[in-house]
Amino acid sequence: MSEPLLRVSRLFKRFGGVNATDDLSLDVCVGEIHALIGPNGAGKTTFIGQLMGEIRPDAGDIHFDGASINALSTAARVRRGIARTFQITELLSEDTALANVALAVQAGQGHSFRFLGNAGVDPSLLGPAREYLTAAGLAERTDVRVSELSHGERKQLELAIALASKPRLLLLDEPMAGLGAAESRRMVDTLSGLKGSIAMLLVEHDMDVVFALADRISVLVYGRVVASGSPAEVQADSQVRAAYLGEGDA
Amino acid sequence: MADLKTTVAPASAGRTYAIIAIVLALLAALPFIADAIGQPALTSLATRISILAIGAASLNLALGYCGLVSFGHAAWYGVGAYVVGIMYRHSVSGDPFLGFSIGSDQLLVTLPLAILISGLFALVLGALSLRTSGVQFIMITLAFAQMLFFFFVALKAYGGDDGLIVRRRNVLPFIDTRDGPTFYWVCLFFAVAWFALMSRIVTSRFGRVLEGIRQSERRMAAIGVSTYPYKLACFVISGMGAGLAGALMANHARFVSPDMLHWTQSGEFMIMVILGGAGTLFGAAAGAVVLIGLETQLAALTEHWQVILGPLLVLMIIFTRGGLSGLVRLLRGGRNE
Repeated sequence: MSEPLLRVSRLFKRFGGVNATDDLSLDVCVGEIHALIGPNGAGKTTFIGQLMGEIRPDAGDIHFDGASINALSTAARVRRGIARTFQITELLSEDTALANVALAVQAGQGHSFRFLGNAGVDPSLLGPAREYLTAAGLAERTDVRVSELSHGERKQLELAIALASKPRLLLLDEPMAGLGAAESRRMVDTLSGLKGSIAMLLVEHDMDVVFALADRISVLVYGRVVASGSPAEVQADSQVRAAYLGEGDA
Repeated sequence: MADLKTTVAPASAGRTYAIIAIVLALLAALPFIADAIGQPALTSLATRISILAIGAASLNLALGYCGLVSFGHAAWYGVGAYVVGIMYRHSVSGDPFLGFSIGSDQLLVTLPLAILISGLFALVLGALSLRTSGVQFIMITLAFAQMLFFFFVALKAYGGDDGLIVRRRNVLPFIDTRDGPTFYWVCLFFAVAWFALMSRIVTSRFGRVLEGIRQSERRMAAIGVSTYPYKLACFVISGMGAGLAGALMANHARFVSPDMLHWTQSGEFMIMVILGGAGTLFGAAAGAVVLIGLETQLAALTEHWQVILGPLLVLMIIFTRGGLSGLVRLLRGGRNE
């Protein structure tokens, strides 16, 4: 197998006495969906924060596309091709769904030191933005303000914005959390439609979703990977059943 | 911006232009109206308001659109004024400044220089201030502005705390700036030009980034935007606008003093922006009109006018939610956030 798209080696992060990330090594290959599961407080969101450069690891190395990205800012990592969705949505709540995505399209078109043209009617921004909204299932809701969107629609909007930065690696932080059954199914459809073209690191509690989408699963407990492998292997692992799956099925 | 934020009926764009045209015509005719109703002092008041509206609009770009609560806006305003004052002083005395002959009483020379130098000050001090955010940013911009205030207080060569008198207004070719109405039209021209520029900027790609930064810097980073250069550019444009206002005010009042850089002046700009409605284009102008209008009217009634003005401002801001722009929206039956 060729060099993985994302390779994390021996990452450590401590908060006070807590090991949020403890000797974590993991990789994501091109086009693969790698699911990261684990109980609450296992350090999954902290891990995504470190991949994005929002949190500095204490030690360890993150390689993306063959180069170390340890020193890069969040914005620079996004420009390299990593995008994330937020577990607790982080949107421009005064703007419409369309304006949110258009801004992400704009950010992907180089610098924004353009002072005169009206960005609100620019077809080179709005056209692609509408396509990403459609891809995320929000075609009917483009002109609605974020503050008036439902929780599920905001999750979809998170995905549309992330897609607008044309990522090669998508970090999904609990994209299904809080979604209704129908919304959740639509999100799974959207993600499986993207499978193969974009590599994903999927953090998710919904085991049905994880087993439906993932090529590989890693189990994180107290910041440490306790098991990693194909869905069948992970399901069979006794340590995983004790730490997580048994508790999750209850 | 309107098309992105709310769904606006297409007819309202045409009506907006019609309203702007009528307001401009009335503003241009103001000196004649003032004479006709026997209130010639109104022209001078309107000149002052036009100038302060430029300053408020430029603060609005930083505060209202980008969310940069700068409490040092008067610094750039004062620097712009001092550029005019100092150049005038040298044009009269003929003394060189560090070996250079910098004297000028040409408005077309002093104004661009005032804008440039204010922008440079904003660039240097903004580059430092923008390393912080939130309350720290408010405090550090206040501190830098007060530093400049005390610098000019101590600058005995240029009047110290007595300030500098500009005996004659800067001149323009073919235009008599000493004439009150004429100078009003000059200031009105610059105010209209500045608001036109602001209206382009806030709907541009740059303006969209500023609004994004105000709403969520974390989101902006997550779509790949490094926010610092945009905040700095916004801060510098804001400083340049204040410099333009300061340079015009030095000509209007024919006097420059450190008081123009005092924190209370920064506070006054901030009140105009908040009163008018932060983040709305014409809010800054409305805020300048209402604040200076109220000050003038109340000062004519009683010397303790501030006792009335203070509570009045608090009430207006509480009950209109979003300043005068919020009030207009309420009256038109729109939603208020």
